[in-house]
Amino acid sequence: MSTQRPMVEVRGARKSFGAVEVLRGIDLSVDRGQIVAIIGPSGSGKSTLLRSINHLESLNSGEVWLDGVQVNQPLHGQAFERHINKVRQQMGMVFQHFNLFPHLTVLENISMGPIILKGMTKSDAHALAHSLLSKVGLADKIDAYPSRLSGGQKQRVAIARALAMQPKVMLFDEATSALDPELVDEVNAVMKQLAAEHMTMLIVTHEMRFAGEVADRVLFMDGGVIVEEGPPGDMFRAPQKERTRTFLKKYLSA
Amino acid sequence: MQRVFPFFVEAALVTIEITVLALILGLAAAALAAAAKMSRSAILRTIGTLYVSLFRGTPCLIQLFVLYFGGPQIGINLEPFAAGVIGLGLNIGAYMAESIRGALVAVDRGQTEAARTIGFSRFQTLRKVVLPQAARLMIRPLGVNTVALLKGSALVSTISVVELTYTAQRFIGSTYKPFEIFGVAALLYMIMVYAVARVVDLLDKRFAIV
Repeated sequence: MSTQRPMVEVRGARKSFGAVEVLRGIDLSVDRGQIVAIIGPSGSGKSTLLRSINHLESLNSGEVWLDGVQVNQPLHGQAFERHINKVRQQMGMVFQHFNLFPHLTVLENISMGPIILKGMTKSDAHALAHSLLSKVGLADKIDAYPSRLSGGQKQRVAIARALAMQPKVMLFDEATSALDPELVDEVNAVMKQLAAEHMTMLIVTHEMRFAGEVADRVLFMDGGVIVEEGPPGDMFRAPQKERTRTFLKKYLSA
Repeated sequence: MQRVFPFFVEAALVTIEITVLALILGLAAAALAAAAKMSRSAILRTIGTLYVSLFRGTPCLIQLFVLYFGGPQIGINLEPFAAGVIGLGLNIGAYMAESIRGALVAVDRGQTEAARTIGFSRFQTLRKVVLPQAARLMIRPLGVNTVALLKGSALVSTISVVELTYTAQRFIGSTYKPFEIFGVAALLYMIMVYAVARVVDLLDKRFAIV
């Protein structure tokens, strides 16, 4: 454990939807540059955990911290709105269904955040968009509308859009689950590249192989708790808990 | 028939005028009502809901009568034309409020989430992401509302606004040819409805998301 403060920290997170408690006391600490894969069956709470970090879901109790700033500060009304908008600018989030803005071109999708929120000039933002698109291998699609792109291309644009805000951490919520199998690799390749650049990442995924390749740590969640966690080698080869073994057996044999 | 035709054209222009003015009023009322119904304030939501239920839940004809005949009793004296515009406008506004709200709600939730995670405020998200997409979804339903308004404008003949239907009725007395007279009126309404439909088609194309 390093002595620097964690990039992301979750303390005692609890969240219910109606009578169903989907997070039942989560503690998690992610160091700067660390890559954490979160695995587990559907309904285990992994997406809710990720969404809570970005405050798309508000916790019933517990705290979320980003680089020493509490995300879910006990503020109200406009004060909280201003606070959360600032905090969110420092976290990139990538969704299963891409959620690109269909009425805007790829360039506009990427440059809109920096221009409006960071006051970047148009030409700077466009240059940034161009370099990010080159990075994800889509420089030739800069003027295309999202409807003209394949799923894999859309997701790469979505990653570029999130990166344009120069976030401290990237949250991936099943980024490849909606993709045709042959398009998964192109998105994974971009994520691996980010990993190589030491971007702090939390990755909710169903792809064990990818988790094993890219993650420093794997968390296995079930029933709203972290059942087990460890380096991917240990987790996949020698899981300690019976529940983890059952889950992984199903996945790794598939 | 040739003798009365110029009067019909003039009356149709009044119908258009009343429709356009009621449409402007209706859109303004609808935007406010939709915003109220989607607001976080319970009071505003209640006001929005009351307005929509009241004007959609009662006959437009009764609304016009209350305004025009009942108005003077509470100190509101309106000319027939003004009463017609206000009555029709408030009535169609209630329907249009639902068209606007429906379009806003129909924009995928993921769009809002994506915008918010980038750091956009509620207002920026509405203006830059949700409204441009909802605008397109509103065009057809608002077009349907406008056609209903145009045809419904015939009701203001009952409060003696001299528009197309009123004019037709007036000529029955002197010509005794209700079939032809009302037939021509119907034809003129159809032409106007067709024109509205064409405008809606053009707008739909113009705002299409590629």
